[in-house]
Amino acid sequence: MRVIALHVGVLAALFLVQFVLPDYHHLALTRVMLLAIYAMGYNMLFGYTGLLSLGHAMFFAAGLYVAGMTAYYTDLGVPLAFLIGICCGAALSLVIGVIALRTTGVAFMIVTMMFGQVAYLTITYFTDYTRGEEGLTMPTSARSFDLLGLHVDLTNAVQRYNLALGLLALTLLVIFVVVRGPIGRVLIAIRENETRTLMLGFDTFRMKLGALVLSGTISAMAGAAYGLMFAYVGSTFATIQYSIEALLFTLLGGAGTVLGPLLGSILMFYMIDITSEYTQAYLLVTGVALVVLVLFFPKGILGTIRERWLPWLP
Amino acid sequence: MASVSLLSTKGLSRHFGGLKAVDNVDFTIIEGEIRALIGPNGAGKTTFVSLLAGRIAPSAGSIEFLGKDITDRPAHKRVRDGIAYTFQITSIYPTLTVFDNVALSAQSALRRHPGSKRSDIAEKAHEALGRVGLADRKGEKAGTMAYGHQRLLEVAMGLALEPKLLILDEPTQGLSDSEIESFCRLVKEIATSATVLLIEHNMPVVMQLADTITVLNHGQILAEGSPSDIRANAAVQAAYLGTG
Amino acid sequence: MAFGPFLLLATLEGLLQAAVLTLTALGLSLVFGVMRVVNVAHGELYMLGAVVAWWVASMFSLHPAVGFFAALVISPLIVGAIAFASERLILKRLNYDPESTIVATIGMLYIIQQTVLLTYGPDARPVSAPFYYRIQLPWFGYSGYNLFVIAAAIVLLLAVWFVLSRTRLGLIMRATQFDREMAQAFGIPIERVYAFVFAAGAMLAAVAAVLIVPIRQAHYLMGLDPLLLSFIVVILGGLGSLRGTVIAALLIGLSDGIISVFFSPTLAKIISTLLVALVLVFKPEGLFGAKAR
Repeated sequence: MRVIALHVGVLAALFLVQFVLPDYHHLALTRVMLLAIYAMGYNMLFGYTGLLSLGHAMFFAAGLYVAGMTAYYTDLGVPLAFLIGICCGAALSLVIGVIALRTTGVAFMIVTMMFGQVAYLTITYFTDYTRGEEGLTMPTSARSFDLLGLHVDLTNAVQRYNLALGLLALTLLVIFVVVRGPIGRVLIAIRENETRTLMLGFDTFRMKLGALVLSGTISAMAGAAYGLMFAYVGSTFATIQYSIEALLFTLLGGAGTVLGPLLGSILMFYMIDITSEYTQAYLLVTGVALVVLVLFFPKGILGTIRERWLPWLP
Repeated sequence: MASVSLLSTKGLSRHFGGLKAVDNVDFTIIEGEIRALIGPNGAGKTTFVSLLAGRIAPSAGSIEFLGKDITDRPAHKRVRDGIAYTFQITSIYPTLTVFDNVALSAQSALRRHPGSKRSDIAEKAHEALGRVGLADRKGEKAGTMAYGHQRLLEVAMGLALEPKLLILDEPTQGLSDSEIESFCRLVKEIATSATVLLIEHNMPVVMQLADTITVLNHGQILAEGSPSDIRANAAVQAAYLGTG
Repeated sequence: MAFGPFLLLATLEGLLQAAVLTLTALGLSLVFGVMRVVNVAHGELYMLGAVVAWWVASMFSLHPAVGFFAALVISPLIVGAIAFASERLILKRLNYDPESTIVATIGMLYIIQQTVLLTYGPDARPVSAPFYYRIQLPWFGYSGYNLFVIAAAIVLLLAVWFVLSRTRLGLIMRATQFDREMAQAFGIPIERVYAFVFAAGAMLAAVAAVLIVPIRQAHYLMGLDPLLLSFIVVILGGLGSLRGTVIAALLIGLSDGIISVFFSPTLAKIISTLLVALVLVFKPEGLFGAKAR
């Protein structure tokens, strides 16, 4: 089907483009792919379930810091650190979900923002271990690992790129399956009319919790991968600004579309990158983009395309 | 034919601060009947059925459904047990197609039968749409339909849940006369496979459809009986004319 | 210094914090109460008040008092005008949809903040206080200007209370807050009320900033802390409740000031942020607000 062809095509394009990219963009795209995973996790909650979180950076940071500090302070090795980071992210999203999902709408936005702030402040408070804004740089022992007989060198740009691409493909697959299946239909129903969905016999709380945990876990995985791959964890990844970036990438690319966050991440990353060459105030782009999007293109790029021309777009 | 009690309440009450919206109601509905619940505005009818559906929790009393106590059972579980509720103010998915609306109900109902496929959901959805007469509108966006059709869609969604008890909250409100007529035929057809509890203000509809009528006033049951009994009841007339 | 006087000093500092916080939070509370809109850019309007004050004061540099009082009048007016414009251009177009307005105000936050960065720059710049007078207490000297700020805040609060409870304008605002449709049915021009309230909220924040800027300096990032603190105050005090806002601001301002003196400010922030989140989850009407019907 053309839907599958589209997604395979996108992944193939990303795979092929690495052979023609100059070094700078090669590195940038690796970063962007991980940020896209973060945004795709966010989209699960925002685009499909209709819950706008303003504290998602805490999940990214959970994965980032737990994986990073495990690799920094212990010698459990990279793969284990990665897994532990993901698990902690899942646990955190479960705890946050159970509390925060008692609210909806504006209250949910503020509650998640507050929890996100608490996470950031906690990282700053324990600056003896986390080194706060200055951050931790991974030791050499955490720059490579052996898995299933293969030796992976994280300082190698090509290996990093393909690892990131692999994770992206995995995320894409998971989201695609969930969203296109019966669970996805119910999540969309919750987004459109939660009371009705409850009265159709669905346990909406449990479904929202599931969506939040999946969303947080994916974002945590992105964070864990980011910290380990780029050998650095720092508290800027836990700020409100970082939470807003997830929202922005998703809104721009199209909330509630599978490929939207990826598109939004690529576009926004380059927009900010280019702007920051001219001025210190590159966040101005973020602000203008948010206002313009919410006023004129609330469905984002792919969302608008889907509505106007291609209704089969997932 | 022995009459089986489908749902009954004992001493069911709901207070809002000092206001007794539902006050000590003992109510029983028999399997297979069409029951109408009437009463002047503010009598507590919607509060009462909201208690039955599980949308609000009672302040006192108990509810029994199919022989089991469901007083503490959450709303979504009651739906799975077989109680379907259509809202007084139409509550559908306006951005989804008519088909997708009903398919969600079908999906929910088919969870009782593990191993069902997408085609089963589609079949059930088509069947429900056919029963209410919306089959040819299945591709339309639900929110763009006329109000009367949206109400029918909501009934279809209720039907696709395979309910044992279908609660209709003021279903004819906003419908034209011809729409009301076909609606009455539909309810009679539904009653062959499910029990119907109907809140209504439209007296001709009530008289036409109901097997038994319960009259609620100030949260209490004022009278209960056949349509002719209720029509002749002086207390009921007084309540409606505003002296009660 | 002995503990007692130290506590007194901390209390005075806390009162100062509380005074400024009350005004700022009141602006946020008013906007949410009447319009049901959460203005995430509120902190930036506060910052704008401080920056514009610096700009005005630097134009009237003959005597610090002239510069200051000119700023006290002009800055809120300018900030109010900017708020008014953004309400008309952006918020109104969104039909005040709760989630969209939050996203839009986040955008406004960045636009205002970064524009200031572009024009005013990343440095912190001081504004001279209108007067220097040291009040000599038995244990320490305290700045008379600080006390002036506290007094000014009290006066302003009383003025706001007076307008809200005793004037027709206040009645219109309260009616709109209580039941929007009913107010419309009575011929109240909702749109104009909204625009006015949004501007008024911004002006309150701006005044608070002008009052504090001789003590704190104007910096483009100074809006984030007041925003978060205002959120905390408004949520704890109950949205739309004037009395709740004042009490909560006093509590938060005093405790933040005192805890920061004795313990780590970061810990204080962690506790208060966590507290607010939990209050919002378990007691959404705040500690003083009435339960929503």
